[in-house]
Amino acid sequence: MACRLFKALRSTASTGSRNFSSDLRKVTLIPGDGIGPEISAAVQKIFSAANVPIEWEVVDVTPVRGPDGKFGIPQGAIDSVNKNKIGLKGPLMTPIGKGHRSLNLALRKEFNLYANVRPCRSLEGYKTLYDNVDVVTIRENTEGEYSGIEHEIVDGVVQSIKLITEDASRRVADFAFKFAKEQGRKKVTAVHKANIMRMSDGLFLRCCRDAAKNFPEVKFEEKYLDTVCLSMVQDPNKFDVLVMPNLYGDILSDMCAGLVGGLGLTPSGNIGISGALFESVHGTAPDIAGKDLANPTALLLSAVMMLRHMELNTHADKIEKACLEVIKEGTYRTGDLGGNAKCSEFTDAICQKL
Amino acid sequence: MALLRKNVQLLFSKFTHNAAPLNVGSRLLHSSETQRQVAEAAEIERPQGKTKCTLIPGDGIGPELLYCVQEVFKAADVPVEFETFFFSEVHAGMSAPLEQVAGSIHRNGVCLKGTLATPDYSHTGELQSLNMKLRQMLDVFANVVHVKSWPGIKLRHEGIDAVIIREQTEGEYSALEHETVPGVVECLKIVTAAKSERIAKFAFDYATKFNRKKVTAVHKANIMKLGDGLFLRSCQDIAKMYPKIQFEAMIVDNCTMQMVSHPQQFDVLVMPNLYGSILDNLASGLVGGAGCVAGASYSAESVVFEPGARHTYSEAVGKNVANPTAMLLCGAKMLQHVNLQYYSDLIRNALAKVYIDGKVKTKDLGGQSTTKDLVYAIINNLGSKP
Repeated sequence: MACRLFKALRSTASTGSRNFSSDLRKVTLIPGDGIGPEISAAVQKIFSAANVPIEWEVVDVTPVRGPDGKFGIPQGAIDSVNKNKIGLKGPLMTPIGKGHRSLNLALRKEFNLYANVRPCRSLEGYKTLYDNVDVVTIRENTEGEYSGIEHEIVDGVVQSIKLITEDASRRVADFAFKFAKEQGRKKVTAVHKANIMRMSDGLFLRCCRDAAKNFPEVKFEEKYLDTVCLSMVQDPNKFDVLVMPNLYGDILSDMCAGLVGGLGLTPSGNIGISGALFESVHGTAPDIAGKDLANPTALLLSAVMMLRHMELNTHADKIEKACLEVIKEGTYRTGDLGGNAKCSEFTDAICQKL
Repeated sequence: MALLRKNVQLLFSKFTHNAAPLNVGSRLLHSSETQRQVAEAAEIERPQGKTKCTLIPGDGIGPELLYCVQEVFKAADVPVEFETFFFSEVHAGMSAPLEQVAGSIHRNGVCLKGTLATPDYSHTGELQSLNMKLRQMLDVFANVVHVKSWPGIKLRHEGIDAVIIREQTEGEYSALEHETVPGVVECLKIVTAAKSERIAKFAFDYATKFNRKKVTAVHKANIMKLGDGLFLRSCQDIAKMYPKIQFEAMIVDNCTMQMVSHPQQFDVLVMPNLYGSILDNLASGLVGGAGCVAGASYSAESVVFEPGARHTYSEAVGKNVANPTAMLLCGAKMLQHVNLQYYSDLIRNALAKVYIDGKVKTKDLGGQSTTKDLVYAIINNLGSKP
C-alpha cells in the first residue's frame, strides 16, 4: 500500500512508538456476519501458517444502545481500532428498519476513512470475458452524493445535496497520486462530470489538476464518467489508477469487479486519517453461511493489502502468491468459481503452498 | 391584355396537369412487367409530399455522420426534407438561437441530432448547458436507448437485448449549484414524484407496446433514501397498474456489475438521469461502442433522435474513420416514427447485410474501412435483404 504516507501518518498519530516489523503487532479483526466468521477464520489460519507477526484482537460490532439511547458501534470496538490503527473486517449486515444506520457507514465516519482503494486484477486461471484487467479505483469516501443531506421541500419534490469540499477533494487527489507513485503505476485518471455539474465536479477536477502538478512523474488525464464507462468495457487496459467522487467510485469499483469475476475476488482498503480498515466488500451470503462453502479470497487479498500497508511486504507477497496459485491450479476452487471445494479445503491448499 | 395572358397560362397549366397521368397510364399499358412494378409501388405507398425533419449536425464528428445519413437518404430516395440548424455551445457565436431550433423541432415533430459538446465552463457563468436547455424547453423527458447485439459483430458478449429508459429533465442534471463558502460546493439533485411517475409510466407503456416481459428500476435508494426512494416508490406504484409485466428493483452499482458480467438478464430498465448516462454508455460499450447504438428522446409531442452514447469524438474529426452506424440507425428510427416504414427497413436491411457480409468494418469494430467505404457499401446494398 502507500506505505510512506502511512508511515508519516502513523508516526504522527501514535506518540512516537514506531512499530517494527519484527515485533508482534496487534490488528483488530471484525469477523462480521453471515459467512464472515468462516472466512475470517480461514484468513487467520493462513496467516498463522505463514508466520505473520500479527496478533489478532477480535471485536464484535453488533450495535449496542449507547448512553444517548441510539444504537451504535460498541465503544470497545472503537477503542480497539483507535489503539491498533489498523483493522480487518468481514462483511456486515445492515438490518433494514432496525433504527440504526449502516454499520459500514458508521465505521467510515468514526475513523475518518476518506479514501476507498479497490484494486481489480484479472486472476490467472479463472477465465472471465475480460483478461488483463489491472485497474485501481480510488474513491472519495466521506462526502459527495452520500453526504446524507436530503429533504422533501413540498410533497413530491425531494432535493438531495451532493457536497463537494476542497479539503476532501484535495486529500483524496493527493492520496491517489502518492499511491500511484509508490506502487509504480503510470497514470492517474480523474473521473468527473464537470460538463454537467460545473461547480461541484469542477472543484473536484481542479483539486486533481493541482495535485497532478506535484507529481510530474505520474501521467494525469481527465475523463468524463460516461466516457470511462464506455471505454472500460471495451478496453480496460486503457486505465491504471482512477480517482473520483463518492458515487462514481461506488459504481465504477463494482463495475470493475464485475469485469474480473465479482466482489468475491476483489480486495478493498479504506484509508483514513486515524487508521485504516481493510475489508471484503461482498455481502454476508446468509444462504451459505456456516456450510463451509464460502470463498475467502476477497478477505484474504484485503488482508494482503493490509500487510503491504504495514510494510510486511515479504509476507504479503508470499500469501498472495500462494492464493493466486491455488486458484490458477484449479483443483481447490470454491463454488462461486465453478469448483466444488469447501472453504476449508481451499484454505488448507493455500497453507500447503506456503 | 394582361387578363388574356393569365387565361392562356391557366389553360396551359390545366392541360399539363391532365396530360401527365394520362401519359403515365398509356405508357404503363404497354407491358405487364411495368404493371407488376406499379403494383409493388402501390404497396409501398410512396407518400405525396415530403416529411420535414429538423437536423442539428452538432459538434465533433456529428456533421460528418449526418452527411452520411443524408447521402444514404438521397440514394434511397427518401421523401424527407431536412431543416438544418447550426447549433453549438462551443461555437456560441455561430449558433442558431435556441428558440428558433426548439420551434422548428416542435413544428416538425422530429429531429435528427448529432452530439453537442459541453465545455466544462461557460463564459457567461451559466450552469445549464445548451443540451440541457434544449431538453428542458422541448420537455423531452424520456431517453430510450435500445442496446442490441448485432449479428456479424463479434464481441465478448452476445445476445444482449435491453432497452434503457432514462429520465432526462431533472435529477443530477438540474444545474442547481452554489458555493456556500469558498471551497464548499453544494449540488442539488432534484427528484419529483410527478416526473418519476411519468417516466415509470413511459417505461411500462413502452414495455407493453413492444411486448417486453420485465421492467427493472435502477436506483440508489439505500443511500439516497428520500431522493431515489421517491423514484423507486413511484416505479413501484406504477408497476401495480401493469400486472402483466414483471417488475424488479436493482441498486445501481450492482446493476453495472451485472451489466458487464450477465447483460442478457436485462429487458427494459428505467432510471434517473445520471445512472442513465452511465448505463447507456456501459451497455453501448458491450455491443460495439458509441458508433453502433442509436437513441431517441421523447416528449409528448416531439422526438429527437440522437446516438445512444453521446460522444463528440472530436479527435476523429475530418479523418474519415468514424462509424456512422449509430446515426444511420437514428435515421432509420426516425423514418419508422414518421411512418415511412419501407425506407426505414430499406436502410436497416442494407446495414444488416453489410455487417453480416463482414467485409466492410470501420476501425472501432476492428476493420480497416473508412466512413465513406461503409456508406458506399450500404448504398450498394440498398434493396437487398440480409
